Amino acid sequence: MSSVGHLFSYIAAPGLLSSGPVRIAALVGAVVAITSGTVGVFTVTRGQSFAGHSLADVATTGGSGAFLIGLNQFWGFLVFGVGAAAFLEIIGVQRRRGRDVATGVVLGAALGVAALFLYLGSVTTSTTGASFTVLFGSIFVIAPSTVPVLVASGVIAVIVVVVLSRVLLLSSLSPDIAAARGVPVRLVGATYLMALAVSVSLAAVAIGAVLSTALLIGPAATALRVARGPERAMATSAVIGVIATWLGIILAYDSYYWPPRGHGWPVSFFIVAFVAVFYLLTYLRRPSRRGRAQAAAGPSSPRGPRGPKGPAEQAGPGERACSAAS
Amino acid sequence: MFSGFMMNTWIAATIVAIIAGMVGFFAVLRGSTFAAHAIPNGAFAGAAGASLLGISTLTGLAVFSVAGALGIGALGRRTRHDVATALALVLMLGLGALFVSVSSQYAQETYSLLFGEVFGISPDELLPIAGLAVLSVAAIVVVFRPLMLSSAMPEVAEARGVSTQRIEITFLLIMALATSMTVPVVGALLMFSLMIGPAAAARSFTSRPGLAIALSVAFGLVTVWTGIAISYETNWPLGFFVGVLGAVFYLVGRAWAGARRTRTVRAGRVPAAVTA
Repeated sequence: MSSVGHLFSYIAAPGLLSSGPVRIAALVGAVVAITSGTVGVFTVTRGQSFAGHSLADVATTGGSGAFLIGLNQFWGFLVFGVGAAAFLEIIGVQRRRGRDVATGVVLGAALGVAALFLYLGSVTTSTTGASFTVLFGSIFVIAPSTVPVLVASGVIAVIVVVVLSRVLLLSSLSPDIAAARGVPVRLVGATYLMALAVSVSLAAVAIGAVLSTALLIGPAATALRVARGPERAMATSAVIGVIATWLGIILAYDSYYWPPRGHGWPVSFFIVAFVAVFYLLTYLRRPSRRGRAQAAAGPSSPRGPRGPKGPAEQAGPGERACSAAS
Repeated sequence: MFSGFMMNTWIAATIVAIIAGMVGFFAVLRGSTFAAHAIPNGAFAGAAGASLLGISTLTGLAVFSVAGALGIGALGRRTRHDVATALALVLMLGLGALFVSVSSQYAQETYSLLFGEVFGISPDELLPIAGLAVLSVAAIVVVFRPLMLSSAMPEVAEARGVSTQRIEITFLLIMALATSMTVPVVGALLMFSLMIGPAAAARSFTSRPGLAIALSVAFGLVTVWTGIAISYETNWPLGFFVGVLGAVFYLVGRAWAGARRTRTVRAGRVPAAVTA
């Protein structure tokens, strides 16, 4: 942590912390990162990465629809995201086989509608930049009036997932045992999907629909490689997400002074880059035979936070999770 | 509607629908729907990079889609497949965001790369598209038997000495090949709808592979032809019609399969689908 502070004085451009948009971006970015990181742990555990990504893309459609009728984009994202989550639940996202296809068909239709909305938008308002903003986000131009809503929905999603975490983990890893213990597996799954939709809509507003997947999956996948137990994994994931987001914001702010001059690089690019680097670092640290054996064991044994582990892994990752969480 | 410049559109769209139908069948069968979404989307980033460097769009698309396929294959060996796909996708899209923003005047081009520009195809674009199409069909024909076996029964394929890993990479590369040629025509986002919608519908109608591929291609052709015709008349984007028609085909297929199941009670199939 101190090294980050040390680095900060070198890499932060003058005026970073006194800029209003940057403050809002840092706040919203942190909220998004924490929400996505927390929710994402279960997205990865449940193998719903595609559903998560699709919800973000479907939310894009809502965003462009809201743009068309002049509403705040956040509401468009939220309404379409939650609606799509409900639809996915009905057509059976809980079944392993066939759900990817069903998800894909919903996604394809939604993208078609997005194409139409963006086209109509460009016809009626003669702005062509809308598609770029909707897809890749604009963390520096968030209206201050939206911030309370963003924060509130993020907090709700996090609370839901944290409260449900134990039940969720059980029903994700072995639905049969969960059902035998009296857990309403389907209801838990549906509730989780709603939380996922809310967090994805948040991320879509902040770093763009397409790239919200990065914050949802990247930190969570990294955390699941290094941390144990759902609580630690969620905390680690949230911390990784926040670090990636803040570093991304700092560098994007700096990049106004980089070539080509006078034109900043996109925040999304930096955030994705950091997320990917963090994930790949976990491989450098521990290129053990165990990891490969686990991957070979197939998708039916997800990299769950539970289960017997080899002694070689016990020291490294645990220590790392603690230092990251504190 | 069939004047000179529109002929190119019809030919290109027909080629694209045939390839998408064939590749899509295997994508649906193997459950690689997410990869079918990720590779075209990631290839979009390559196109943006190519236009930044001033090289041909097709080169950029090819480089990025192949890199995406190899990345998914390599990462997928170590971690869960959907996570690997998601990470490869966001990495390529992050680069795409960078490329697009560095060249600030590409907003319109972004739109056409994502959603297609089927009415702007020139005759000299047709040749590479046709060449890549022949190549992808040939590749599918060559690996048809092992690909079919490892998609339908991975364990049996493994036991017979077919490497699932190698087949997976081969299939992803075929998909990349198909993608780099189709993205300029129907766009990254709609290439995906064209691969999944018709193929998923075809599978609901029949379980025989040959017939399913033929049906998938036929549905794809109907989708793009209808789409182009309506799009030409209304000026609305082709992508809208492709996406919606794909979903309609799928829903009809599901309804048909459901009706057939209630007619002839095939108890064996339902639990298999649930537990698998």
